[in-house]
Amino acid sequence: MSHPHALASLEASFVDAFEAHAGLLAKNGTGPAEALSFAAAPALRRQALNRFRDLGVPSRKNEAWKYTNIPEALAAGFAVSPADPPSDALPARWRDCLLPNLDAHLVVLVNGRFSSAHSMIGDLPEGVAICGLETAATVRPDILRRHLGRYADWETESLTALNTAFARDGLFVYVPKGTVLEKPIYALHLPAANERLFLQPRHLLVFEENAQARIVERCCGLDGEATFTNAVTEIFVGERAVVETYLVQDPGDEHSVVSTTHAYQEAASTFSTATITLDGKVVRNNLNVLPNAPHCETHLYGLFLPAGDTQVDNRTLVDHAKPDCVSNELYKGVLNDRASGVFNGKVFVRQDAQRINAFQENKTIVLNNEATMNAKPELEIYADDVKCSHGATTGQLDPEALFYLRSRGMSKRQAQGLLLHAFAGDILERISIEPLREMLDERVTRLFGE
Amino acid sequence: MALLEINNLHARIEEQNILKGVDLTVGAGEVHAIMGPNGSGKSTFAAVLAGREEFEVTDGDVLYEGNDLLDMEPDERALEGVFLAFQYPVELPGVSMNNFLRQALNQQREHRGEEPLPAGAFLKRMRECAALVSLDPQLMSRSVNDGFSGGEKKRNEIFQLAMLEPRLAILDETDSGLDIDALRIVADGVNALRRSDRSFVVITHYQRLLNYIVPDVVHVMADGRIVRSGDKSLALELEEKGYDWIREEAVAA
Repeated sequence: MSHPHALASLEASFVDAFEAHAGLLAKNGTGPAEALSFAAAPALRRQALNRFRDLGVPSRKNEAWKYTNIPEALAAGFAVSPADPPSDALPARWRDCLLPNLDAHLVVLVNGRFSSAHSMIGDLPEGVAICGLETAATVRPDILRRHLGRYADWETESLTALNTAFARDGLFVYVPKGTVLEKPIYALHLPAANERLFLQPRHLLVFEENAQARIVERCCGLDGEATFTNAVTEIFVGERAVVETYLVQDPGDEHSVVSTTHAYQEAASTFSTATITLDGKVVRNNLNVLPNAPHCETHLYGLFLPAGDTQVDNRTLVDHAKPDCVSNELYKGVLNDRASGVFNGKVFVRQDAQRINAFQENKTIVLNNEATMNAKPELEIYADDVKCSHGATTGQLDPEALFYLRSRGMSKRQAQGLLLHAFAGDILERISIEPLREMLDERVTRLFGE
Repeated sequence: MALLEINNLHARIEEQNILKGVDLTVGAGEVHAIMGPNGSGKSTFAAVLAGREEFEVTDGDVLYEGNDLLDMEPDERALEGVFLAFQYPVELPGVSMNNFLRQALNQQREHRGEEPLPAGAFLKRMRECAALVSLDPQLMSRSVNDGFSGGEKKRNEIFQLAMLEPRLAILDETDSGLDIDALRIVADGVNALRRSDRSFVVITHYQRLLNYIVPDVVHVMADGRIVRSGDKSLALELEEKGYDWIREEAVAA
């Protein structure tokens, strides 16, 4: 599929789909793109599409996509449409994707569309809005105008451009100045299609000055036909706001996901995020954080536990543009069977960003000869008064530790499970939402035995 | 029948022969000390008995309760009642002492056809065994050996011995690196655990430990063999004369 003609025809299929639905996307001037602030919407969509056309589907010739073959993942063919209205019918097992004991504002997105039939938002503090992005274009056009398309880089990222051209619905969260959202938001993205769909949800999360919130987004599989999700999330973290987000990916082994997140931080804000990948076919996460004011705190955690033929590629960027900030990044992975993992973490410290403390670490355990890991930590520092460190280790479980446990009577599998659980526990214990931590803990136990 | 019967045991690591024909018989309830200079093969001997995989047994056999010990996996040996107190206990960050011991103990109970110990009884037992070696009960909520002092690590080994109640305990230089007070605590713990159906193989470089744990038999290992055996007075003789005369005899033989 790396043949230029094949790539060109893939790109053409997106362009054709765009033309076919251009009328729908421009309808009534109420879609989210119509609320984009910096251009007339239909024109912006067109511009984004043209940009996508110039950039093309990312191929492995592009250094940033060296290990993840998107053309191959798309080769099977997916129907591209701006998504039909969600169907109210979901297989009953969608409820398995809920977390028992979690008291949360529940948002359900079916095939990228907000489903009012399944969502249970509940009571909200004054001024808070949680809804679909399409609804938000009507309810809070001011917020969309101010933030949508401001942080995600559609000019250089081809899939972000593609998402921008097609964006219609997704998760919208707005927490106004000084408001604390006590309960977490649990947003379920359910790919549940009878045909092979290319889904493009667009999420916008806005937390104004001194706001506080926790959000769990989970892409949870319901079998059905294979899907390819190209999601883009923009997060605005206002001054002194405290925001915690989780991305949990267990879409099932037929589903591929590219998730691109751009978080923008204002002064003295705290942004913590954890990306946890349990399965999937091809999963690529682009996580970009821009602490664009002094005294920001940023925490990026990741845990990837692929088995089978799952490919997980995590690419992160912390772009320290301003001084006196702290960032801390820890990604851990366990690869089994023929799974492959990639960690490409970049910390960028610009010239004026003095007194930055930036730490980055990636540790991966490879359980099997057929599993592969590529780790590429990068520090690029232009300021002179900074404390930065990075490290990446890939290896097997410590044979000394295994022997110690076995010498106490534990089977090889039990000893291995105990050590892997401890290894993953380093990330799990940082999850502040107890029912989520418990669910993941259970999944880890099931995965590794004990 | 002896608990442990070792005949002509040879073992090597990579291309290096380390054990060159060890013979040893340990009866039930006996305490055997194995002394010897550095590099004589003492720790290799302990490792081979516990089933460490990097050592290859090239000749000889080991019967434990009449069964072929070398044919068993390390965990099977543990379940059958063999315990090794490590010279260098391993740190296990993220594995709590509590969870580690519960799983180990319940594995052993299951092997014996017993129900898992109820939580209350387990905690009580843990407290009792910890008290035996003056191990701070607070350590039970910490990760295994993680950040423990040298003395705490060694006491933790004896604590585990007390918890798991083996029939054959091999102590690999449990005394090394301990000050005299810690040595006494460890020795008192071991003495409290001596029983007619529990044997000890105590490996040590120095005679000092044997002032506290009085052995039934003392063996001297040199160049991968047991070159001399005697009663506890042999240990004192070694302390006085050093190992050189043994080494010379070994070479002469």
